Amino acid sequence: MDKPIIMVDGNEATASVAHRLSEVIAIYPITPSSAMGEFADEWSAKGKPNLWGTIPLVIEMQSEGGAAGTVHGALQTGALTTTFTASQGLLLMIPNMYKIAGELTSAVFHVAARSIAAQGLSIFGDHQDVMAVRQTGWALLASGSVQEAHDFAAIAQMSTLKTRVPFLHFFDGFRTSHEVAKIFHLADDELRLLLDGELIRAHRARALTPERPVLRGTAQNPDVYFQARETVNPFYAATPASVQEMMDRFAQVTGRQYHLFDYVGHPEAERVVILMGSGGETAEAAVNHLVGKGEKVGVLRARLYRPFSMEHFIEALPQSVQRIAVLDRTKEPGALGEPLYLDIVNALVEGRRSKVKVIGGRYGLSSKEFTPAMVKATLDELTQAEPKNHFTVGIHDDVSNTSLEYDKNFSIEDEQTIRCVFFGLGSDGTVGANKNSIKIIGEETANYAQGYFVYDSKKSGQMTTSHLRFGPKPIQAPYLIEANQANFVACHQFNFLERFDMLKYAKEGAVFLLNSLFGADEVWDHLPSEAQKDIIAKKLKFHVINGYGVAEKAGMGQRVNTIMQTAFFAISGALPREQAIAEIKRAIEKTYGKRGEAVVKKNYEAVDRTLENLHEVKVPAAITSEAARRSPVPNEAPEFVRNVLGRMIQFEGDDIPVSALPIDGTYPLATSQWEKRNIALEIPVWDEKLCIQCGKCVIVCPHAVIRHKVYSEVALAKAPETFKHMPSKFREFSAGYAYTVQVAPEDCTGCTLCVEACPVKDKTQVGRRAINMESQPPLREAEAVNWDFFMKIPDLDRKLINPSTIKNSQLLRPLFEFSGACAGCGETPYVKLVSQLFGDRAVIANATGCSSIYGGNLPTTPWSVDANGRGPAWSNSLFEDNAEFGLGMRLTLDKQNEYAREILRALEGELGKEFVEALLNANQDDDQGIEAQRERVTELKNKLSASNDSQAKELISVADALVKKSVWIIGGDGWAYDIGYGGLDHVMASGRNVNILVLDTEVYSNTGGQASKATPRAAVAKFAMGGKNMPKKDLGLLAMSYGYVYVAKIAMGANDQQTLKAFLEAEAYDGPSIIIAYSPCIAHGYDMARSLDQTKLAVQSGHWSLYRYDPRLAGQGENPLVIESKEPSVPFSQYAYNETRYKMLTQMDEERAEELMRDAQKDAKSRWALYQQMAAMYFGNGAGAGKQGNT
Amino acid sequence: MTDLSTTYLGLNLRNPLVASASPLSQKADRAKKLEEAGISAIVMYSLFEEQIIHESLELDHYLNRGSNSFAEAVSYLPDGGMYGISPEKYLNHVAGLKKALTIPVIGSLNGVSKGGWTDYARRIEDAGADALELNMYYIPTDINITSSDIEDMQVDLVAEVKSAIKIPLAVKISPFVTSIPNFTKRLVEAGADGLVLFNRFYQPDFDLNELEILHSLDLSTSSELRLPLRWISILHGKLDVDFALTSGAHTYTDALKAMMAGAKVAMMASNLLQFGEGTIASILILLEAWMKEREYESIRQMQGSMSQKSVREPEAFERANYMKVLNNYRSLP
Repeated sequence: MDKPIIMVDGNEATASVAHRLSEVIAIYPITPSSAMGEFADEWSAKGKPNLWGTIPLVIEMQSEGGAAGTVHGALQTGALTTTFTASQGLLLMIPNMYKIAGELTSAVFHVAARSIAAQGLSIFGDHQDVMAVRQTGWALLASGSVQEAHDFAAIAQMSTLKTRVPFLHFFDGFRTSHEVAKIFHLADDELRLLLDGELIRAHRARALTPERPVLRGTAQNPDVYFQARETVNPFYAATPASVQEMMDRFAQVTGRQYHLFDYVGHPEAERVVILMGSGGETAEAAVNHLVGKGEKVGVLRARLYRPFSMEHFIEALPQSVQRIAVLDRTKEPGALGEPLYLDIVNALVEGRRSKVKVIGGRYGLSSKEFTPAMVKATLDELTQAEPKNHFTVGIHDDVSNTSLEYDKNFSIEDEQTIRCVFFGLGSDGTVGANKNSIKIIGEETANYAQGYFVYDSKKSGQMTTSHLRFGPKPIQAPYLIEANQANFVACHQFNFLERFDMLKYAKEGAVFLLNSLFGADEVWDHLPSEAQKDIIAKKLKFHVINGYGVAEKAGMGQRVNTIMQTAFFAISGALPREQAIAEIKRAIEKTYGKRGEAVVKKNYEAVDRTLENLHEVKVPAAITSEAARRSPVPNEAPEFVRNVLGRMIQFEGDDIPVSALPIDGTYPLATSQWEKRNIALEIPVWDEKLCIQCGKCVIVCPHAVIRHKVYSEVALAKAPETFKHMPSKFREFSAGYAYTVQVAPEDCTGCTLCVEACPVKDKTQVGRRAINMESQPPLREAEAVNWDFFMKIPDLDRKLINPSTIKNSQLLRPLFEFSGACAGCGETPYVKLVSQLFGDRAVIANATGCSSIYGGNLPTTPWSVDANGRGPAWSNSLFEDNAEFGLGMRLTLDKQNEYAREILRALEGELGKEFVEALLNANQDDDQGIEAQRERVTELKNKLSASNDSQAKELISVADALVKKSVWIIGGDGWAYDIGYGGLDHVMASGRNVNILVLDTEVYSNTGGQASKATPRAAVAKFAMGGKNMPKKDLGLLAMSYGYVYVAKIAMGANDQQTLKAFLEAEAYDGPSIIIAYSPCIAHGYDMARSLDQTKLAVQSGHWSLYRYDPRLAGQGENPLVIESKEPSVPFSQYAYNETRYKMLTQMDEERAEELMRDAQKDAKSRWALYQQMAAMYFGNGAGAGKQGNT
Repeated sequence: MTDLSTTYLGLNLRNPLVASASPLSQKADRAKKLEEAGISAIVMYSLFEEQIIHESLELDHYLNRGSNSFAEAVSYLPDGGMYGISPEKYLNHVAGLKKALTIPVIGSLNGVSKGGWTDYARRIEDAGADALELNMYYIPTDINITSSDIEDMQVDLVAEVKSAIKIPLAVKISPFVTSIPNFTKRLVEAGADGLVLFNRFYQPDFDLNELEILHSLDLSTSSELRLPLRWISILHGKLDVDFALTSGAHTYTDALKAMMAGAKVAMMASNLLQFGEGTIASILILLEAWMKEREYESIRQMQGSMSQKSVREPEAFERANYMKVLNNYRSLP
């Protein structure tokens, strides 16, 4: 018998039902729904059966469009089929959704509803995606809590079988999909009572089969299409009543009753708010509170939005209602109102309740907080003589003045509910521990419990915030814990106190727990004055623990999770201390037991050591600190950075008014330099006595924090005292030139790749390099000054630099710096190299994924500008269309270039033949040529500036296109191998001059490591839990098949010179180029500091052979393929078993691991043999014959 | 008929050739081939104390890394939660070998410190091992640790492991001990039923091009036989314990020498790796032929026949070679 009470999040709650009620599941990763697919894949991989005892088939597709097509086919052949998706993914399913509905097919999609990319992408929750499919003919069923997501997953399946109308079950992305809550679990026996076997068999009986062949999917003509479209009406008409019937049956089995429209509030309410999703929970709680205060208010929660049942709506709405505010969690620019509002207006008119006054408003876009205060403000607005229509709530709209004011101090939090807020570092395990804690409280006590977790925008050094509530009463609060409401505040990272106001959450008398290297008797003086003030004013009970000290002794490294969790239970009173410790240990065993006894042991030790290190601080009566919290950005930063981005950095972005934000999603470059995060414990220190000035440390740096520069010695006159330098050893820049390697101490992530890359070994101590790691704090101040000085030294004129050597190329200024990528990221060095070599003339199309997130996630972004203000023009369109997006850019540049040339010729008489010819025939093969052309274009504009001639004006507006531009199309393997492959293929086939950079991490990195077609055989990944059993797709081979595409397969860690050469050649090639770049990723599961060695092994094992395929060589009678790595010299397993993604399969299924490893070895050998044969092909001139490069 | 049988750790063996830890004995099907080729017992590869801990912590580290840190990725690797981390994997191997073979299977534990992990000895016993070999590997690098500190630690470990199991216990030691006789005596007193001489270690080499440390384990050669041969000869008859000779036993003559020194068994790995299972049969044929030719009736007959107490020149085992040459004279009457 299943346990009736479980603590799960909305994704797991939904997937738990969906997996049990499906036979075929087609999946594709997209935030925030990925976890549903991951659960389904994991359960099937473990052999977990569905309700009928057979294991659902789970297949990952190449896109959501592919998933929808597969679902359609599986449905047509009679399987109970589902998928999970969100946002853009749902949009890609629309064509199939029309088909599935038009064919009256029983199906369920589960959607974690999310924003749609418009002026910017957002992964967070609202109903824009769902509202974009409301016309497809699918029923839309909205759940508003984790329990409802669990329940409605079943009701949706029951209803679709009953009605033949396909159902889209949705809930709020993140707010419900990621909230951990205590729910009643639907047992298998309950589901069996709910599902009607006859209806399932009827679904199968409608399937396509040659035994009873039918034809479905005809092309229809004007004579009958219309009528045929109307045939389904009776099914839609019957659906609402059928859904209510299913809800009633559900209530009989489970005791939980739902209605198509659930009304809560005063029986004679005059003012009512109507909404869907998790906001309904908030509204319900707020309304109950206000009714308790005597207000005649109510809330109507729409559950079944499509088909919209006017009858059920009118029936549910109290007759007493005079005014209604409809809240839509979506935005439909240009419409008379948002969809739910318009439907309600219409329903009231048709339902003969048109005297009711209705206003509509928007709330909660992109997971914007929606609180009881906003519900109250909405209901209060209805008391106005002329309430504001088409309003917004939750933001400050000072442009269109749509927003309602709300009282931020209004709170309805229950006194008996305990509220706790924890601030952790991403890598310290705080969130995981809090998930454990809330599960312990929810599952081991009678308390209700809720956990919700907030992450920041960076992938390294992130802050996490955990919001936990628990208490004897049900928790109906899908919003963050508000200011002055927390009974417990914990700060797991001391320096956060210096940056953020976290004590604002604490209520009077709350407990404050701080992880501190300073003991109870010394910590006070190290607190910022603002923190001291709050602790005194709010009478906080202040405790400290040296979590890092305990962690180190217990062998936990930097992970203070178990320690802080134990401390929380010890002082919060959530559970009796002994019971709490027993439960923590039980949770440790449950969570980590399978990972081995050593893991359990160290966690136990951490628990046992915690209490003796936990101390209460005697709080002084007065503020003693003179140190104030640090400003998020320095005062010299540009105004926009200070006033807008700076507020985002400080987590005050919610308060930024509409007027302060760009209207079209356009943001300035070079902003990451202002966000000093100081996340490295150690930073590299240059030893100028050992340095050979090779530049290898510079090229591998993922964050552009280590740079080298050659400059006139004259600049040293004003050098700071500790600024290091040495005479330049560059042949071109020797006499009179100095050289420095400088580190940005506050931007470094401490990944140590620069140290690993350094080829120098101290002859007296070989472990010492020309770059060595040292503790950051003592260096920070002086090195920050040195960095500033270094940056102010003028860069060498790039016209003078021949970039064909590593050391020279690294003199070019990176125009991609200080990104939020993971420490040791294997992608960013390539991106940075593009910015150095071509950044001043690059237009970049960036596929959605890791590179678009670290490249474009607010607050600050890494793309930068040079001293002339030039830099990469960057944009992200979508995931699937990036190649086409980049091609469009190329076409514009080509067209404008052509147009400019046409006008130039037309104006030749005016401009002078020689000048025009110079412009038309400029050699722009190198920086000198490009710079000369820029000067000509400037001169051209000057000459034309005074002219009133329309052609002259036209020419000025397109003249920049006469300067060579470099179009780069950048994305990961999920894009290039899977979702975007069709477009990528077409763009390569087009022959246009674009450069494609594939950052191949061999998984969907951004969404957490799901398998792609780039995933190698034998590797474990999400959606390939049993190890991938097919070989990696050979994208380079496919590209080479065109014969006119420049192709390079590169791996910087193995051969940086070949990497550099490939970039220079790709850009120089006047046609399509594709570079496939080996990109180590944390999803591979090894120490990223070792990624250079590991990359070498990838090459030596034949997993990643290096080559360049230059079509120009064929024209010269030479074989275009130059293989630049040697025959595999180490076994594939020697490379693979350094990585957890391969090794874990040996721990899960040794025999399968061995079998796949054997096959992977064969893959490597056969790939190598094939390349050898290709390289030996005769192209005339006798060239070829196993040509081996030597870069 | 020549009797090749012997006993080791109370186990009756059909001949004195035992397979020591190598990849050949890691898989049941390969081990079966060894048995079919004539090997009389198998010592499994070692379950390393540090390996148990390392594997476990490494997996934990990489499953945790990056998890619960970023909104789009709650983790970066799937956590199946069904891992066969050592020792479970190892214990399954013991059970698998026992099921597949009729010859004795000797489990092997590698470690130096006392503590909870010695419980694995009992678990290896529970998994069906016929005996246990405790492989004590320790490279002292702390200049403050004395030889007696190390010896005490190892003797204590033997006692602790012995108390945890009922099956016989053999102890494999390194030759780098100041007084091998005294140390082995203490081990026997602590409960060792057998002594395996000697362990071979990875000896690091230098890469002069890269200025890096090289790690490789070269296969042994017959020339390495002499060290264990000497010490088994010296200790035979002085300690009530079974000796096994390992390192350098490659040929039938090596096996004969081992027996004559006083070993109950000769352990082989390098030659099996080099020449495969088939080499066992030829060694046994040659061994038996040699014995027949010289009219030896049994292996037991020759065990210890050339040990220090059995030879006319016992001092030969005590002198360095050059001393033997210088002093090779007698006073004649």
